[in-house]
Amino acid sequence: MAPALAVHELAKRYGSVEALKGVDLSVEEGELVGLLGPNGAGKSTLVKIAVGLVRATRGRAEVAGARAGSRAARAELGYLAELFRFPGWYTADEVLGLHQRLARSEGGAAERKRLLELVALADARDRRVDGMSKGMQQRLGIAQALVGSPRVLVLDEPTSALDPAGRRVVRVLLEELRSKGASVLLNSHLLSEIELVCDRVAILRAGEVAAAGSPSELSRPRGVELETDEGLRTVEGATREDAARLVAEAVVAGRRVYGVRVLTSTLEDTYLEAVGEEVS
Amino acid sequence: MSAVLTIAGYGFREALRRKVFAVVVLLTAVFLVLFWLANHYVFTRLSTISPPADVNVDTRTFAGAFLLGLAMFATLFLGVVLAVFLTLGVVSGDAERGLLQPLVVRPIGRTTLLLSRFLGAAAVCSVYVLAVYGIALTIIDLTGHWTPPAKVAPGLELAGGVVIVIALSILGSVVLSSTANGIAVFMLFGAGLVAGLLGTIGHALNSHAILHASKVAAWALPFEALYQDGLRLISSNASGLTGFLLQLGPFGGAYVHGWGIRVWAAGYLCAALALALLAFSRRDL
Ligand SMILES: Nc1ncnc2c1ncn2[C@@H]1O[C@H](COP(=O)(O)OP(=O)(O)OP(=O)(O)O)[C@@H](O)[C@H]1O
Ligand SMILES: [Mg+2]
Repeated sequence: MAPALAVHELAKRYGSVEALKGVDLSVEEGELVGLLGPNGAGKSTLVKIAVGLVRATRGRAEVAGARAGSRAARAELGYLAELFRFPGWYTADEVLGLHQRLARSEGGAAERKRLLELVALADARDRRVDGMSKGMQQRLGIAQALVGSPRVLVLDEPTSALDPAGRRVVRVLLEELRSKGASVLLNSHLLSEIELVCDRVAILRAGEVAAAGSPSELSRPRGVELETDEGLRTVEGATREDAARLVAEAVVAGRRVYGVRVLTSTLEDTYLEAVGEEVS
Repeated sequence: MSAVLTIAGYGFREALRRKVFAVVVLLTAVFLVLFWLANHYVFTRLSTISPPADVNVDTRTFAGAFLLGLAMFATLFLGVVLAVFLTLGVVSGDAERGLLQPLVVRPIGRTTLLLSRFLGAAAVCSVYVLAVYGIALTIIDLTGHWTPPAKVAPGLELAGGVVIVIALSILGSVVLSSTANGIAVFMLFGAGLVAGLLGTIGHALNSHAILHASKVAAWALPFEALYQDGLRLISSNASGLTGFLLQLGPFGGAYVHGWGIRVWAAGYLCAALALALLAFSRRDL
């Protein structure tokens, strides 16, 4: 079976700016992949090519085996753009109705109600878009992307304007979607969020994949921290296997041991390393 | 088909909300009241009017055709204003604001989306132009008891001219920002007027070169040529035709006319639309 979404040797040039320089990435059926990277790394460019908004300069992009941008590819997609707006004079319900017609969804009023509840906008059903806060509009955008239960979801920073509760809603939503077998490509700057929900992560830097793997692969062991009557001591390079031995050695040396902790580098450390910033 | 209606309805609602219709209806009402006043005064003082010596028509025909020519110009102008405001930002403007992207990624696709916006605007503008033209005809008939030899065809030609402007404005919206596109389309419209004016000057000066330039411009901007052909039709069975047409105002005599220009205008419309669709299909959003 073809992957839900795949790009191969993908390159994009805007005038003199090389936004993508040959990127390979795939989202398998039922997989949740996170795309990380600093501002201007090319994340949005990649997803715009995948959904057919932007033409690649070189390389291939496919959605469910169909060429990105083709009708067959569009029929499988739900997309939340990084910058978007709905007509201010539509109500939340009407926005979803419009997209139901365009996506040929048969869900009717029941689907609209369910989606608005899903993003906690049930009370704002008849509120007009120009009377909504930025975060409310983003919630509506997420609901819009889910219209017609698409097989492949492409979300470009879905939580950038959301409050902590809203972020949690999205996280739960993503987990639920995955359990139903949807495939998701997620752009985000929130490493914790990506770490919590994604099966796989790709880190882009200046249009190239700088690191990729599962969040646990990207979080490496970094040492063991020992708290004794002499204070805090970190043994660099030690792993979980070494922890018991280190405690025994300290006890033999007459130290009182109050605590021991295995340190792993977080996704954040790996990220900062991959994009070339100092790890503090 | 349902997608076409959905998008056309979307455009229609946008125009309603942006008060485009309110402004146009208000301006049109002002124009029609003034036009009625003009008719009233002209036809109650008909005896004080004398047609130019080289025009062999009766005074009523002269006054009626003159006023209708004026109304046709106003109708074309108002129709173009409506057309431009309905379409000036359908691609670049909406893309900049982020309104277009969520629609374009839906299965409907770019071609149907743009054609739907075109058809929606064309339907609204055609109804508008035919309505204003029809009311103007009725005013002249009621106040002056005069009707032109051809009633329907000039109205259709005016509507056709406005539809061509819609296609040009949509083409412009793919490659230009809203503001630049609005300026460009009004400039083209102005160029059409100048072409008509050139024709009149060329005729008065008996200059072949100026007449030729005017003809070339009318073919290049066929909305102007259609309007000129409409002017010809409202006076087609009056004698002393050429001299008479010259009096129909500064904005054109019928120097380009007939089926040739109609067929050309239809082809021009299709070419402008095809170009817009091609450019849109290749545009990054
Ligand atoms: N329409 C455009 N025209 C010219 N350059 C562009 C255009 N869109 C993006 N770029 C450039 O391409 C590069 C990648 O941009 P992109 O929007 O993909 O970055 P991003 O990773 O999504 O960044 P962010 O985290 O800020 O959203 C940047 O250098 C940007 O300036
Ligand atoms: Mg981005």
